[in-house]
Amino acid sequence: MTRLIYDGTFEGLLTAVFEIYERKLNYINLQKIGVASTAMFEDVINVITDNDRASRVLNGLKKKLSANGVQRVYIAHMSEIENEENNIVGFIRHAFDAGRNIEEDYGNRFVLRISEIMVMMRREKHRMEAFIRFQKLKDETYYAVIEPDFNVLPLLIRHFRSRYADQKWMIYDIKRNYGLYYDLHDTEFISMEFSEAKSATDVEASNTEDEEVYQHLWKNYFKSVNIASRKNTKLHVRHIPKRYWKHLTEKI
Amino acid sequence: MNVDRITEKLNILADAAKYDVSCASSGSKRKNENKGLGNASNGICHSYTEDGRCVSLLKILLTNHCIFDCAYCVSRKSNDIKRAAFTVQEVVDLTINFYRRNYIEGLFLSSGIFKDADYTMERLVQVAKKLRTENNFNGYIHLKTIPGASDELMREAGLYADRLSVNLEMPTEAGLKLLAPDKNRQAMIDPMAFLKKEIIQRTEEKKLFKKAPMFAPAGQSTQVIIGATPENDSEILQTANHFYKNFNLKRVYYSGYVPVLADKRLPGLNTAVPMVRENRLYQADWLMRFYGFKVNEIVNTQQPLLDLDIDPKLGWAIRNMQAFPVDVNIADIQMILRVPGVGLLSAQKIISARKFGRLNWEQLKAIGVALNRAKYFITCKSNSFEKRDLTGTKIKQFILAESQSKYLKNQQNQLSIF
Repeated sequence: MTRLIYDGTFEGLLTAVFEIYERKLNYINLQKIGVASTAMFEDVINVITDNDRASRVLNGLKKKLSANGVQRVYIAHMSEIENEENNIVGFIRHAFDAGRNIEEDYGNRFVLRISEIMVMMRREKHRMEAFIRFQKLKDETYYAVIEPDFNVLPLLIRHFRSRYADQKWMIYDIKRNYGLYYDLHDTEFISMEFSEAKSATDVEASNTEDEEVYQHLWKNYFKSVNIASRKNTKLHVRHIPKRYWKHLTEKI
Repeated sequence: MNVDRITEKLNILADAAKYDVSCASSGSKRKNENKGLGNASNGICHSYTEDGRCVSLLKILLTNHCIFDCAYCVSRKSNDIKRAAFTVQEVVDLTINFYRRNYIEGLFLSSGIFKDADYTMERLVQVAKKLRTENNFNGYIHLKTIPGASDELMREAGLYADRLSVNLEMPTEAGLKLLAPDKNRQAMIDPMAFLKKEIIQRTEEKKLFKKAPMFAPAGQSTQVIIGATPENDSEILQTANHFYKNFNLKRVYYSGYVPVLADKRLPGLNTAVPMVRENRLYQADWLMRFYGFKVNEIVNTQQPLLDLDIDPKLGWAIRNMQAFPVDVNIADIQMILRVPGVGLLSAQKIISARKFGRLNWEQLKAIGVALNRAKYFITCKSNSFEKRDLTGTKIKQFILAESQSKYLKNQQNQLSIF
């Protein structure tokens, strides 16, 4: 077993794949730098991220997979789910070693795992598209705070841009401390410094006057559409897990 | 804006609209044009009520004043309740402001009948028109079409709305006569036929001229109330099948009757909502629309009721044991779709994955097949499969014994012994 340590970037991961083939390694364990290991007797290689090597691997991958397949690899990396490196590398190696496109080989555990990660990411992205609640600020910006399980903010650009083309909006991920801002022309990633007295969620003072009215109306609407005699808490919580409640106007 | 007054109206008119179960916001292809507001392409449920139903659209009545006296409806004329009516502008403002905050996908507007059909329909159309033309709103709009409204109004409604629907209310004409003596079934079928014709014609036009306007791009749907009248499942599903086949409906909704009114023609006020039955009807509906089942395979004169214990697909399988076991590594997709415990996604994954090698139990499980049900009906790359010659009844007992119905609040501690 050889342990490879990389810097957590996509290029770093691809460089690691390069090393695996160059050194003809078989049993490997890829880890992000800083992750503690308990194994005592194993070879350790520190992967030094190399953009040339990374792009050679990426180009090779493009010959073996469809554009969608390559994107899957990238999204799986971007999800930042811990300890998935080895599954991603397993998928890449299976793609290189097989004689044909393996994207639909669901009998293979790496292919199946990548497709599971895609489902998890898609679900979280979809949840954000559903559960984001904007508040209208005095400068006419619609502002929302999120704490998604995975890093899905970049995947939200297209949806919110094409939907809210005529209003300024900002979505801020307080878990990863960065946000997305649309100024009626372009979207850009931003990060903000919040003082201790004022957090990212504390925006009531800068809301417009009608903001409170519409929040009140929405809460009322939410109560009115419920049919009490059909109460089904289990189903309710399955659809909106409790961890999302604190940012949902109607559940606060 | 008088906040208290609007709040009261919203409460009354949302409460009155909630028994309409349709909440779909998908199936339309409306894009955001000229940097306007919104699009309607991908259905999104923005919230869920405590009864577990999706909240996708702002679902309200324009008014709950009504000249009709349908026994099952809270808004019926003789019911002593608070009445209210929105102005066109109020509905527009609510829709736009809810939409901008990402609360909703759009508007589902229905109404009690005030004065007459045309007068009511005209106001519904006005709301949609104002949203589309004055507010450049491209979100989803579902309008109820009022039976008896003129063709011109229906045509205009189709130009602004994504979906139109006429509720059949009762599964059969006899049921409707009993509970809604003011309504007649033909008046509901006529607009469906009109819309079907119009949708086909406009789709043809759109193929020829790209610029031709869209007409109800998300099609039409309907709703029937279940359990208020004595129709059996076979009658209900035959009706649904008839409307799917002959009117190109996108959806038929089954709404379990919620007892809200005391009336000797209706189930009593404390009767439970038939939720399991409603669920089984939806499962049967899915089998007809996505799994290639014919209505007569699910219910027929020998089998007029859906089994409440088990889902209709398992029901079909244990009545047709001669069709099994299916070898998932060679069977065609139509047959794999008929295996209990295999869904649409698993079936597609099986078809893809088996090109790379024959699949075994572990792989099928990992793919997402529910083996607790499927294992009695399939063989795969494995020697250990169900070899006992089990009868359908026996299989049903095994499956029921190891699963817990989510509907049984108090688990019975004894199975009935035959």
